[in-house]
Amino acid sequence: MAIEVLKDKAAGAIATVTIGATKSEGGTRKSAVTVGGETCLPFHLKEGEMPHPPIIAMEICDRAQTDWPPEIERVFGAKLKDPPAWAEECEKKYGAQAICLRLLGAHSDYGNNSADDCVKTVKEVLSATTVPLIIVGPGQKDKDNDVMPACSQAAKGEKCLLGSATQDNYKTLAASCLADGHSIIGESPIDINIAKQVNILVSEMGLPPGRIVMDPTVGAVGYGIEYAYSIMERGRLAALGGDKMMAMPVICFVGKETWRAKEAKVDQSEVPAWGPARERGILWEAMTATVLLIAGADILVMRHPEAVEKVRGVMDELSGK
Amino acid sequence: MLVIGELINGMYKNVRKAIKAKDADAIKRLAEAQAKAGAGMLDVNVGPASADPKGTMEWLVDTIQSVTDLPLAIDTPNLEVMEAGLKRCKRKPMLNSTTGQQDKLEAAMDLAAKYKASVIGLTMDEKGIPRDADGRNEIALRIVAAAMEKGVPSDEIYIDPLILPCNVTQQTAGIVLEAIRQCKVLADPPPKTVLGLSNVSQGTQERPLLNRTYLVMALAQGLDAAIMDPLDDALMDAMIAAELLLNKHIYCDSFLKAYRKGG
Repeated sequence: MAIEVLKDKAAGAIATVTIGATKSEGGTRKSAVTVGGETCLPFHLKEGEMPHPPIIAMEICDRAQTDWPPEIERVFGAKLKDPPAWAEECEKKYGAQAICLRLLGAHSDYGNNSADDCVKTVKEVLSATTVPLIIVGPGQKDKDNDVMPACSQAAKGEKCLLGSATQDNYKTLAASCLADGHSIIGESPIDINIAKQVNILVSEMGLPPGRIVMDPTVGAVGYGIEYAYSIMERGRLAALGGDKMMAMPVICFVGKETWRAKEAKVDQSEVPAWGPARERGILWEAMTATVLLIAGADILVMRHPEAVEKVRGVMDELSGK
Repeated sequence: MLVIGELINGMYKNVRKAIKAKDADAIKRLAEAQAKAGAGMLDVNVGPASADPKGTMEWLVDTIQSVTDLPLAIDTPNLEVMEAGLKRCKRKPMLNSTTGQQDKLEAAMDLAAKYKASVIGLTMDEKGIPRDADGRNEIALRIVAAAMEKGVPSDEIYIDPLILPCNVTQQTAGIVLEAIRQCKVLADPPPKTVLGLSNVSQGTQERPLLNRTYLVMALAQGLDAAIMDPLDDALMDAMIAAELLLNKHIYCDSFLKAYRKGG
């Protein structure tokens, strides 16, 4: 006797968010990209749809005074100090669907770049690329509130995605996004209750669900990824069950988390049993991204082109391509 | 929980007046206010005094649907008026209601099947309302069986175990809670349960307090829907808090606001 496989039908759908504006939409991007819209758990394609497959954005920084892991240094070299060239390479050579500019150099520990410096970088990166732009502040409250409004204004009309609003600091960024037509990233510290609260707070400021992306904060493999996974899964289940305040697409900063794990960067000479650092770092990033992809990530922000390539393969396989 | 807004009922003086004067704006305002307050469905009852109940039902349904997309519960014991209402509904309607009385039950299920309506089944029959939970669920089972026979899915049946005013039969509140809990084992998928909530406090003092306390108690037993006043903020807040504590929603500090924003 044939057994009928039970299929879950979702009561709700994830909101769709479009990043980037073409010329006809008032921006300068060659094309925009849309994420979200799922009516099923990730890749459960027999139960619903994923009308907009997850995308991979590649992350660059703004001349931050920081040491890069040797493997990242090897791939990008001098471009690590040249944001437009770095961004251009990510788009042209590695096929990034979006560029994520992290303004780490504005952080007081990594260069303390001014709002003017940041605006200059934003403009340079916009003119060096044609894909949509994500801009993330240094993550220091006062510095974020200083540089982000200026960058927002400089990119007005480009429909960027700007981050990050937190429970304690969301008003300035939300106001900028509203004024300049951007979407917003709401960040929470691996805490589903705060994730929902941030969504409410930015909604109350007037941003509709179609302009909010959630950053649940993630950990790399070996650094609490199971926590991140279970929170993302619970959030997605609630959203598909009809909770509109959890039904926002999710962004995961995979590269940032991966490349600070010592397993991704220490040399083989330090721990011979771990094997060559080169493969290890790439695999670490690709594995982290894959786990988060299955947990419900809509935007993966990654750094290493070979890891990006591997995750694209996983996505194709999971989508039955 | 499904909140069925109870305010468009010809038993209320303001609605009776609006019906008599064909004051569409008054009805629209009631519909919009209930929708805004979080109702998921609106009850429509022409009241006992209408001279032309069919025409009035059609007018009410059309008027309400001109301002809201919420589905409607057509509330009448008269099957002709019922059909007139169901026929006009743009969204999946609810038939409110049938009892366990055999002849009427079949006719009601025929209508429900024809209009793909969900059905409220009152646990009473020719002999009246049973005294205990078992008796109520015997009738509930009959209602569910009749539904399935006519092709109405069991989980589209809302069993109403009939709460009575607590100053008339004080023991009923406990009996109805027991009936709500038992009802879940009658079929697979289980039928849903509903209460005409304000009955519990009919003729008493402190009505809002009794209503919201009883709603919370019933939710803890698994209640799925209530016909109630969504404009009673304290009642809605109590419902939201109870659902939160039952782990139906993800907590956040602004959980009342979150619920009202669709979360």
